[in-house]
Amino acid sequence: MCTGRVDLSFILRAFSTGADGVFIGGCWLGECHYVTEGNYDALFNMHLCRKLLEQIGINPERLRLEWISASEGMRYAEIMNDFGKQLKTFGPLGKGEGMDASTLKLNLAAVTKLVPYIKLVERERLRVRFDTQEKYAEYFASAEMNRLFDELLADKLAISRIMLLLRDNPLSARDIAATLGLDPAEVSRHLNSSSRFGLVSFDEGQKCFALA
Amino acid sequence: MENTPVEKHLVDTSADRNMADVLVVGGGISGIQAALDLADSGFRVYLVDKSPALGGKMSQLDKTFPTNDCSMCIESPKFIECSRNPNIDILTYTEVDRVEGEAGDFKVTLTKKPRYIVEDKCTGCNICVDYCPVKIPDPFNQNLSENKSVHIYFSQAVPLVTYVDPETCLYLKEEKCQICVGVCKTNAIDLHQKPEKLEIEVGAILLSPGYDTFDPKLRSDFGYGRMENVVTSLDFERILCSTGPYEGEVRRPSDLAHPKKIAWIQCVGSRQVNEGGNSYCSAVCCTYTQKQVILAKDHDNGLDATIFHNDIRAYGKDFERFYQRAERLEDVRFIRSYVTVGREIEASKNVTIRYSTFEDGVKEEEFDLVVLSVGLSPPKDAERLATTFDIELNDHGFCKINPGNPIETTRKGVFVSGAFQGPMDIPEAVVTASGADALCGQLLNYRRDKLSRERVYPPERDVSAEEPKIGVVVCHCGANIGRVVDIPAVVEYAATLKNVTWAGENLFACSTENAQQIADAIVEKGLNRVVLAACTPRTHEPLFRDTCREAGLNQYFFEFANIREHCSWVHSKEKENATQKAKDIIRMSVARAAHLEPLQEFELPVNKTALVVGGGLAGMTSALNMAEQGFEVHLLEKDSDLGGMARRIHYTLEGMDVQAHLNELIRKVYRHPRVRVATGSTITNVSGYVGNFVTTVEAAGRVREIAHGIAILATGAEEHRPGEYLYGDNERVLTQLELEGEIVTQSEKLDNAQSLVMIQCVGCRQEDRNYCSRVCCSQSVKNALKLKELNPAIDIHILYRDMRTYGFKEDYYREAAERDIKFIRFQPEDKPQVEAVGDGLKVTVTDPVLGHKLELEADLLALAAAVIPAEASRDLAKLYKVSFNPDGFFQEAHVKLRPVDFAADGVFLCGTAQYPKHISETINQAYGAAGRAVGILSGDSVTASGAVCDVTEYDCISCGACITACSYDAISFVETPQGKKARVEPVLCKGDGLCNAKCPTGAIYLKHYTDDEIFAQIDEAVPAG
Repeated sequence: MCTGRVDLSFILRAFSTGADGVFIGGCWLGECHYVTEGNYDALFNMHLCRKLLEQIGINPERLRLEWISASEGMRYAEIMNDFGKQLKTFGPLGKGEGMDASTLKLNLAAVTKLVPYIKLVERERLRVRFDTQEKYAEYFASAEMNRLFDELLADKLAISRIMLLLRDNPLSARDIAATLGLDPAEVSRHLNSSSRFGLVSFDEGQKCFALA
Repeated sequence: MENTPVEKHLVDTSADRNMADVLVVGGGISGIQAALDLADSGFRVYLVDKSPALGGKMSQLDKTFPTNDCSMCIESPKFIECSRNPNIDILTYTEVDRVEGEAGDFKVTLTKKPRYIVEDKCTGCNICVDYCPVKIPDPFNQNLSENKSVHIYFSQAVPLVTYVDPETCLYLKEEKCQICVGVCKTNAIDLHQKPEKLEIEVGAILLSPGYDTFDPKLRSDFGYGRMENVVTSLDFERILCSTGPYEGEVRRPSDLAHPKKIAWIQCVGSRQVNEGGNSYCSAVCCTYTQKQVILAKDHDNGLDATIFHNDIRAYGKDFERFYQRAERLEDVRFIRSYVTVGREIEASKNVTIRYSTFEDGVKEEEFDLVVLSVGLSPPKDAERLATTFDIELNDHGFCKINPGNPIETTRKGVFVSGAFQGPMDIPEAVVTASGADALCGQLLNYRRDKLSRERVYPPERDVSAEEPKIGVVVCHCGANIGRVVDIPAVVEYAATLKNVTWAGENLFACSTENAQQIADAIVEKGLNRVVLAACTPRTHEPLFRDTCREAGLNQYFFEFANIREHCSWVHSKEKENATQKAKDIIRMSVARAAHLEPLQEFELPVNKTALVVGGGLAGMTSALNMAEQGFEVHLLEKDSDLGGMARRIHYTLEGMDVQAHLNELIRKVYRHPRVRVATGSTITNVSGYVGNFVTTVEAAGRVREIAHGIAILATGAEEHRPGEYLYGDNERVLTQLELEGEIVTQSEKLDNAQSLVMIQCVGCRQEDRNYCSRVCCSQSVKNALKLKELNPAIDIHILYRDMRTYGFKEDYYREAAERDIKFIRFQPEDKPQVEAVGDGLKVTVTDPVLGHKLELEADLLALAAAVIPAEASRDLAKLYKVSFNPDGFFQEAHVKLRPVDFAADGVFLCGTAQYPKHISETINQAYGAAGRAVGILSGDSVTASGAVCDVTEYDCISCGACITACSYDAISFVETPQGKKARVEPVLCKGDGLCNAKCPTGAIYLKHYTDDEIFAQIDEAVPAG
């Protein structure tokens, strides 16, 4: 099994079960034990997943990917100790981010639900291949990538979160924005488009939105 | 469920009982490896050992350097492999009496000594041992603890049967007692057993009798045998070991107290020309002592360790770092001094040691325990072996070998492997064993596969209708896990987990007995999943998968929980946390196990062609041997000529004519009808996998594809170009290889030289190249001796850090000193200074004996330049998916036991590309690689894993994401009544699983690593609540 087999949903599942950090260890770039070079895919996935985590208010540094070969026992120990220390400074997942448990759960569930869609979009629109680690970092920091991400994923994710939130009980746009930490104007925009698609309806009496 | 005993389904052996291809004499690690390799290559083997069990000296060691792997843990799976192999007949407690005939047709008479136990009946239950009234010193524990007159040699013994010591048994001595006979439930004890004569016929014989440790009693001055707290290093191995006399606690014999201050004395019985000593260096003691220091400090961090040594010979791969690791520990002193053992202090039984240093003069110091680092002597019965097998011994009493082929003895058809060749470390014992397989294969190719038999397993039980019934076995691994993790608590916890129907513990799950218990539990408890919480799947998964198969369970129902490497070894200081982590790991594995499914493996045909990359000595030796064994070989060389680095070496210390050997080899390679040589060639692409590689080669402007089943990488090494000591600026400064060239051509430069200085360790044993180049000390001594021979008046100084003329090469070092070649030791922080002065050179060096600077005039300066990895290896490694060690040399699959295999299946290594080595060592290794490679080539198929991808067609939306992700072209669309669907060709799938992560619907799944299996594991990773 290759690091490229590490599915987005594995990482999200680990966070959902309460892990404070997720570590992925792989072969050095260019030293793939298959011919697949899936470690480049793992690297891409890590960056994408970090962006998704950031989007839902989780410290992206909680996900770490390192290259360690079989002969680098010392390096492995050092990295794990360092990651452990780092996680301690972050505090428990959610708490460290100032997010209550139910919102954390909802946020992770919202991304998890999107995984099949993310995979499609990744293949169609986002996938790139570079030869160095730096270039991946550069790409994910670039305006172009951010624009694509917002266009393809950010809205979907926000809507997914709103839908999950409304599943429990109807809420006003203001409450939605407060709970999810989103911009109220953005929330209104999403609610408008969602009601156009018949996903939510507005209850005039209670001044609340509910699932349609 | 009914109890059905687990049976070994082997073909009846009685018919051809007395006929085999090869007789292997000596069942230590070398003999075991040879037997396994021979069996893999299509030969039948008798594996004979004079002791009651297989294992040899390696089984007595606690850990092995430089990785500190548990010695028994890595060796004992091989015992079981031997005992399960239908082509290996093990005869323990057996001696060879007579050998008649000739190569290809030996008749050998053996005597099976009476064990006074009927082997077939003994179950190894130990009841007789419990009842036996006679206590005797335990030979396996170096007589440091007691055992009974009837006992099992050690707990992982193969065969796992008792034997009676005739010297101490009351019945055999005085016909007094027969308690054991009465208590044995299977009537296995026969105190009237007589020696049994066996006559067998074999085609070849391999001698792998190993060594004996030097007996310090022979020299009374070490106090051994007189002072209780003076022990040998082998005694100390047992003291360190969890199965040893003190159950893994470091105690001393006199009062069983934990020693706080231990001294090691190096070179006991080695490098000594006085009466009773061995003149040669034993080659392994420096590093095993460092290992013992590290381990002793591991047991007791407050321990004070002192090592009295001569040169530190850290000449092997990763040894230099290992030495540094030991040296940097707190309260560890390495003191360079000759010592004498003083006296035993009456009250405390402490022992004093007198030593002297340049700084402080003579001192006497008291120690709680003194460990004598004893050397390696020839086996005690070497003379008898020589007579029986009609072979010659060398001056030291080891086997006399041919430097051009160290695996050959003086008798045709009789080969030698392991330490009987001379003192050597485990990997070399393994390499020479595989090499012996290669040479036997060359001799007996005509009868390959004639006598060998197939392994047969019982039919697999169909468990598809059953609920998961998981058995959990937690292994102590001696003290490796047991000392840190609270095993009973873990077992108790495991039993409470969902789907677990049975949980138990083992001292060593890998012993025959415990592996059998696991097999029995599968049958008796009706288990359909097994979780073993023990060590690593890398070394032990094949063994336990096999155990499942033997019990009629599909091998993919086996799951490893690694609580050693992932837990006890890294958390040895935090026992409670380690116990919790062990529980966590097991909980995860159990959750995963419930989802496991039975899988079938594939047999893939093997292309019986070999490819060897590198036309130096190593590559040519491998290529020629494989061709002689009947296989087609492609030999690729990047240069325009064959020969490699050996072209620049003309003679060896032992007097081998390298060029004659090389030219003969080149001639044979070119003339062999099955070897195809391509010089000036470059590899541009490699595809495929074990059994079916395709390598694209460009040579002379022509590109072609070579299909082959295996590859051997023998790309050699290069000489470092020094950037110091005026090298390159002054023509009087040469490297040792250049000097050798001058000597051979008898150049004018040399004729005029009356003084010469050599500087060692140029470009290595330093920060950026933190290894010893192994060959340079011997090379310098060799050239110095040659120069003295040509011009006895020449003045030669060798400036060194440690003289590392290990093994028999020590004799030449001594000879050099006797011939007035002067050796001056320098410190790395105070390197010699070289200046050009007039017509010559001036070398300034601090003499540690005199304590001041010396100025040496030199007409020539020879630098022992480091051996560095070849440039070409780097690209090649990428193409063949193999890795390097931190110094840039090829990384073998396992330092000790797979020294010529790469982790990538079907790719092997040999020669200096692995690490610098001498010519004889290179030849040993080249044969070793050929032996391993033929293990694959001689089979008709290789087995491909069942852990490959498959598609749930219903979920497939034919998006093609998996197809673009697959680099093996294993996935394609097929038309189905439901439309286009992805389908996997299992033979092509390598199981990387990349496609799984791309599939939006989860339609494609990697068997054995499915989402469900992994989710189950993730869900259990964080303890609930």
